Amino acid sequence: MYKATLLLIGALGVAACTNPASLGGTNALSGGGANAGAPVPGSAEDPTSVAFFQQAVGDRVLFEVDQSTLTATGQATLDGQAAWLSANPDYTAIIEGHADEQGTREYNLALGARRADAARSYLVSKGVAASRLRVVSYGKERPIEVCSDEACYAQNRRAVTVLAGGLTS
Amino acid sequence: MMWRLFALIFSLWAGLAAAQGPLRIEITEGVIEPLPFAVPDFEAENAAATQMAADLARVVSADLTGSGLFREIPASAFISTPASFAAPVQYADWKAINAQALITGAVAVNGSQVVVKFRLHDVFSDRELGDGLQFVGTTEAWRRMAHKVADAVYSRITGEAGYFDSRVVYVSETGPKDARRKRLAIMDYDGANVQYLTGSEAIVLAPRFSADGNRVLYTSYETGFPRIYVLDVGSVQRRVLESQDGTMSFAPRFAPGGRTVVYSLSQGSNTDIYTMDIASGASTRLTSSPAIETAPSYSPDGQQIVFESDRSGSQQLYVMPAGGGEARRISFGEGRYGTPVWSPRGDLIAFTKQSRGRFHIGVMRTDGSEERLLTASFLDEGPTWSPNGRVIMFTRETQGAGGRASLYSVDITGRNLRPVRTPDGGSDPSWGPLQK
Repeated sequence: MYKATLLLIGALGVAACTNPASLGGTNALSGGGANAGAPVPGSAEDPTSVAFFQQAVGDRVLFEVDQSTLTATGQATLDGQAAWLSANPDYTAIIEGHADEQGTREYNLALGARRADAARSYLVSKGVAASRLRVVSYGKERPIEVCSDEACYAQNRRAVTVLAGGLTS
Repeated sequence: MMWRLFALIFSLWAGLAAAQGPLRIEITEGVIEPLPFAVPDFEAENAAATQMAADLARVVSADLTGSGLFREIPASAFISTPASFAAPVQYADWKAINAQALITGAVAVNGSQVVVKFRLHDVFSDRELGDGLQFVGTTEAWRRMAHKVADAVYSRITGEAGYFDSRVVYVSETGPKDARRKRLAIMDYDGANVQYLTGSEAIVLAPRFSADGNRVLYTSYETGFPRIYVLDVGSVQRRVLESQDGTMSFAPRFAPGGRTVVYSLSQGSNTDIYTMDIASGASTRLTSSPAIETAPSYSPDGQQIVFESDRSGSQQLYVMPAGGGEARRISFGEGRYGTPVWSPRGDLIAFTKQSRGRFHIGVMRTDGSEERLLTASFLDEGPTWSPNGRVIMFTRETQGAGGRASLYSVDITGRNLRPVRTPDGGSDPSWGPLQK
């Protein structure tokens, strides 16, 4: 129930933010016609879209301080990623490993590599072809949250699966 | 006044005060009271030199006072000023205001050429210390001539090489924390004459000078993956050194001879240390533990490499032979140790330490003994040595959403912490050699 609510909010968010042209477009005009209920291609409702992968499947897993071991939550997210990648074989992915700012630059690069590789290895173990996955570490160079508290650090200690290629609509 | 007070407080526990005997500072004895000196505006030998005559004296003074070893006596205290560079010095006038060292100079500007002459006087001995010197250069390089004067003064009084006529390569930073833009920059050691060596399209990290200052190694994401590049400072031409597919390479440093690079390569979850012969591209793996091994730095004789590893469970410092082989751990204090850098004198290793939520720059002897922490802040990291091994420059980053990185320097006694002014934020400094 909780999950479904989140998904709905996510979907609305994308429709509003990234695809404003579709508002009042085809879907609205077609009313109750043949297209009713069909997702806008590329939107978060389209289960083959990047937006769906990012929001419904979840494109990132988080790590504990100075750790690269996958949490149970992280494994569940990666299970979803593996299933999605298996269903959408045209996509490849780059897994980005990141660290929070509490560490030296070089160490954090190596730590980010460990995190990215932990996610990559898990996906491969779930049947994703290794040739479809590449890894890169950004160390502490690309935080998404900027505060210097654990609330932000927790979001920055991440491995993000970034899709590339694939059929874009 | 504040500075004077500060110096006095330190001298209580450090003991030594500059005596009014021979003009001499023993740096090795630790913290001292700054030696008072006077540097009147240089004599302008022609009209074109008027502005430079004053500017040169100001740069010489800034260098000497910036070292923390000298204190300038302001011109307002002067009883007399030299009638000319050639005229005899009235030592009594300088003794009366307790100027232990007096620096006099003259400058002529002819077109694009500058000729700078200077003398150093040991006031309480009524004589010159060393011979007068003359430097010739272009008007563009006038600051370098001031730095050379200051280096000569520093060297004659301390008995050690100076570090003022040197440059620093670093990463210039702009933009907020979550959209930081970085590009390589080079500047004089004091933050003057900043020039940019790369654009900011791709992340660049941790530039490292060659021993001769002509080349810079750095890490760039220009292919989308971290790769090591070597850049020629003169031509600004660069080429990638390590581009093995499916790997990431970073943390490069030159070996003393400049023909070999030591660096880290990540493959899968593992990061190890390798060397590469620059000419042939042939690489050799030096470590093979499944731990993170990174941040390697050569001893100045090229025989050993200090690096960090978490093979014990946390980041610690290790020393191994330059060809690889058994490594011995040298850090045993509380906390984590990283980014070790061997001093150019060979006697100390500078490092970053994380302990109890704080970051420190510290130094220890090469066997790990006599650890001393020089700084403490939310985030200090990445020390680099002045060419004479007496000063350390590093990155300090402030916390929070508005966090900003900037460069600081501190001397190896932990005294004289000061910001290095750069036009934008700055990180990852690498201090080059004393210029010829």
